[in-house]
Formats: sequence, C-alpha cells, structure tokens
Amino acid sequence: MRILIVDDEKDIQTLFEQRFRKEIKNNELELAFAYSGEEALKYLDEKEQNAILILSDINMPGMSGLDLLSNIKQKYHRPPPLVMMITAYGDEENYNTAMKLGADDFLTKPLDFNQLKEKIKNISHD
Amino acid sequence: MEQNLQNIIEILQNHSGLSDDEKAKLMAYLKEADKKITIVEFKLDRTEKVKRTTAILLEETIEELEQKRKAIEETNAALKKSLEELKAAQAQLIQSEKMASLGELTAGIAHEIQNPLNFVNNFSEVSYEMIDEMWEEIEKEDLEEAKALANDIKSNLEKILHHGKRADTIVKGMLQHSRSSAGVKEPTDINALADEYLRLAYHGLRAKDKSFNAELKTDFDNSIGIIHIIPQDIGRVILNLITNAFYVVDEKKNSGIENYEPTVSVSTKKEGNKIIITVKDNGNGIPQKVLDKIFQPFFTTKPTGQGTGLGLSLSYDIVKAHGGELKVETEQGKGSVFVIQIPIKFN
Ligand SMILES: Nc1ncnc2c1ncn2[C@@H]1O[C@H](COP(=O)(O)OP(=O)(O)OP(=O)(O)O)[C@@H](O)[C@H]1O
Ligand SMILES: [Mg+2]
Repeated sequence: MRILIVDDEKDIQTLFEQRFRKEIKNNELELAFAYSGEEALKYLDEKEQNAILILSDINMPGMSGLDLLSNIKQKYHRPPPLVMMITAYGDEENYNTAMKLGADDFLTKPLDFNQLKEKIKNISHD
Repeated sequence: MEQNLQNIIEILQNHSGLSDDEKAKLMAYLKEADKKITIVEFKLDRTEKVKRTTAILLEETIEELEQKRKAIEETNAALKKSLEELKAAQAQLIQSEKMASLGELTAGIAHEIQNPLNFVNNFSEVSYEMIDEMWEEIEKEDLEEAKALANDIKSNLEKILHHGKRADTIVKGMLQHSRSSAGVKEPTDINALADEYLRLAYHGLRAKDKSFNAELKTDFDNSIGIIHIIPQDIGRVILNLITNAFYVVDEKKNSGIENYEPTVSVSTKKEGNKIIITVKDNGNGIPQKVLDKIFQPFFTTKPTGQGTGLGLSLSYDIVKAHGGELKVETEQGKGSVFVIQIPIKFN
C-alpha cells in the first residue's frame, strides 16, 4: 500500500520513514513525499494516482491542502484515493471545509502515530 | 530782542563817535543777529522736545521688547515641553506598533513553535523506541543493524537539536520584538531571520484569514554568513515589507483577476561590502501620487483600523540607523520591489 505524504516541512520525511520503518522493511507500506500541493498533483499525474492514501497538511504556502483536496476529489473518480487532512490549528472552520470537500479523515498535529497506524491498518484490511 | 543785544543797542545809541549811518548799519546787523538767535533757540527747543519724545519712545520700545522676550521665553519652554511630550508619545506609538505587530504575529508564532516542538517530541519518541531496538540487535549480535540504528538515532538527535533551536529562536525573536529598550547589534544569520519572519507573517495572516494564500519564494545568498545588525529591528523592517506585500497581493487576488497567482519573494544578496535584502510582490504597484508619500509617518491608503501608516516610516528610520538605505521600485499593474541595503563589516 502506498501513502503519499504532503507537507512543506521537509523533516516530515525522515520522521515518517522512521516511524514506519518496520512496515517499510516488511514491504507492508511504501511512502512517497511531496513538499507542496503542486508537487503532490504532479506526482499523482505522473504515477497515475497509485497512492491509495494521501496524508496532507492543510497549511502550506502556495496551493493549500484544501485546494489539493478539492483538486484530487474532482479529478480522480474511481477509485478515489482516501485523503486525510492534517492541520496544526485543528479548528472547526478548516475541519468543516475539509469535510465538505470530501476529506475522508482529519488528523491534528502533533500526529499520534499509533492512532495513524491503526487507521492505516483498518484501511488496508478493508 | 535778546537782552545782551538790547544792552549793546543802548550803548551804541549813546555813543557819539559814530555817524547815524554807521549806527543804522550796526542796528541792522544786530537785528539780523537777533533773528538768527531766535531761530537757533527755536530749533534747539524743538530738538530738545524731539529728544524727550525719543527718550520716551525708546523707553516704551525697551519695555515692549522685554515683554516680547519674556513671551518668547515662555513659548520656548512650552515648545520644549511639547517636544518632550511628542517624543514620549512617539516612543509609546512605536511601542504600541511593536505590540500590535506582535499581536499579528502571535498566531504565526504559535504555529511556528508548534511545528518544531512536534518534531522534537516525535523524534525523541522514535529515538527512544529505536534504542530498545538497537539493544535487541546487539543481543542478537547483529552489529550491522545496531550500527545503522545508532546512526539514525544520532541524526535524530541532530534534528531534535535543530528544531529545539528553531523554537528557541522564535521565542527569543518574539521577546526581542516586544522589547522597548534600544536593541544592540548582534551577530545574525540574516537568511534565517528573513525566512523566519516570512513564515511568521504568512502563518499569522493565514490564522486570521483562512482564505488568504500566496506563493512564497525565497532566494538566499548562502555566502553572506553572519552579519552584525540589530536583529529585532531589521526583522521588523522585513516583517513590515512582507506584511505590505501580502496585503497588496491579497487585494489584487480579491479583485477577481483571472489566472492571478499571488506571489511574494524574499531574497538576500552580498554585493561588495553591502547586503541587499529585497521583498517583491506581484501586486498592482504604487501610483506616483502615493509613492511620494509612502515613507511619511501616518501615511496610509488602507481603511481605518487596518493600517497606521507607520510601517514604512519606521522601517526607513531603522535602515537609516544601520547606515543603509531603503528604496522602492514599482511598476503599475506589475508589482513592487522594496530594497534594503545595509553596509556590513564582515567578521
Ligand atoms: N508593496 C506595496 N504595494 C503597493 N503599495 C504599497 C506597498 N507597500 C506599501 N504601500 C503603500 O504605502 C502605504 C504606507 O505603507 P506603510 O507600511 O507605511 O503603512 P500601512 O501598511 O498602510 O500601515 P501599517 O504598516 O502601519 O499597518 C500603504 O498604505 C500603501 O498604500
Ligand atoms: Mg505596512
């Protein structure tokens, strides 16, 4: 299962790779990274949406996570990738907008990796 | 007739040695002399009167001057007092402007501290787990794997330190920003400072206005190294310029122009013994009429409550105090570039 992680903080990559090192080693998970909404769309275009789950930060300069979300949900119909939104603010407004745009889940920073692992397990078992 | 002349006439009249003709001539002379004396007396009298009036006038003038001097002295004292009051008011304004911009930054600061703190927590947690794993590998005598883990843990510690420092810089910057005392020059990484304020301004605005967004571009000259400036002051200049830039690109975006991508770029460059910092926007530019006034205190084109008009004038003063220059280049409909130049002693 491939996950695309979108965040403008580059260290997110090291963090995820270490947090999921066992899953990566056992070939249960494959991680891809994009540092902006634009990069994420480019990745999805090139790789023909082979990411099943997209984890995206909302608060990014340029194309925001919400723009990315609406873009993905409009463009890729079947099967649409699952999109989980991450934000530092965790406020109602972003939550509601994200839900309206079709976000499949909503995570707040700081990320609870155990909870995230649970969620991923549920997705891959569906 | 004057008495002495009168006496002379009497003596003459009784004198026998003079002919009548001679007497008549002498009489005529004496009359003439008398007339002249009368005129001289009159003139003298008049001069005397003029002298007296002049003296009186002079006295009055002196008195008037004295009063005026006193009035000026009083005005002077009053002026001095209002100058002091003005200075105090200005200091207070600067301070409240600082606090206001700090308020604007708060949300950005919260976001900017949260991110590094998350990294510190997450990298610590994962390192903790990895040490357990490393021990397992050691017990299994898989030294290769143990070494790999040790290396990862080491780089995690570096990341923890990096993000800890990042949070530290932000808090320090915030404290410095609100400090009222005059700052001192400190060795400063201008690129890190500019980047930090760019992020703070961006996240601060985003937190206030969710619909706001802009492309941020940076082009930092890594050869600059450390320079000596008052970091909180130059930080404020950069912040003011960036805030202005965000405002114009957002305004342009909201005016509904098609295919418009609001973009704000910040760059640094070393040129000889100067550092050039630029803040560029692709807003609508500044019309000449406005351009003439932008550096004046309290000049603003923003609606009441949105701008005090102090941003650029304070920035100008700060850059000048660093011995530098703040300039602007602008093009109608295309955008503006604000250029900060500061002379630098490298060491
Ligand atoms: N990048 C820019 N593009 C176009 N106009 C600008 C730009 N920067 C400044 N201006 C103009 O210059 C004026 C003065 O700017 P200044 O920063 O001194 O005050 P302000 O932004 O109006 O208020 P304050 O900064 O005190 O909140 C602005 O009101 C605006 O009209
Ligand atoms: Mg301003």
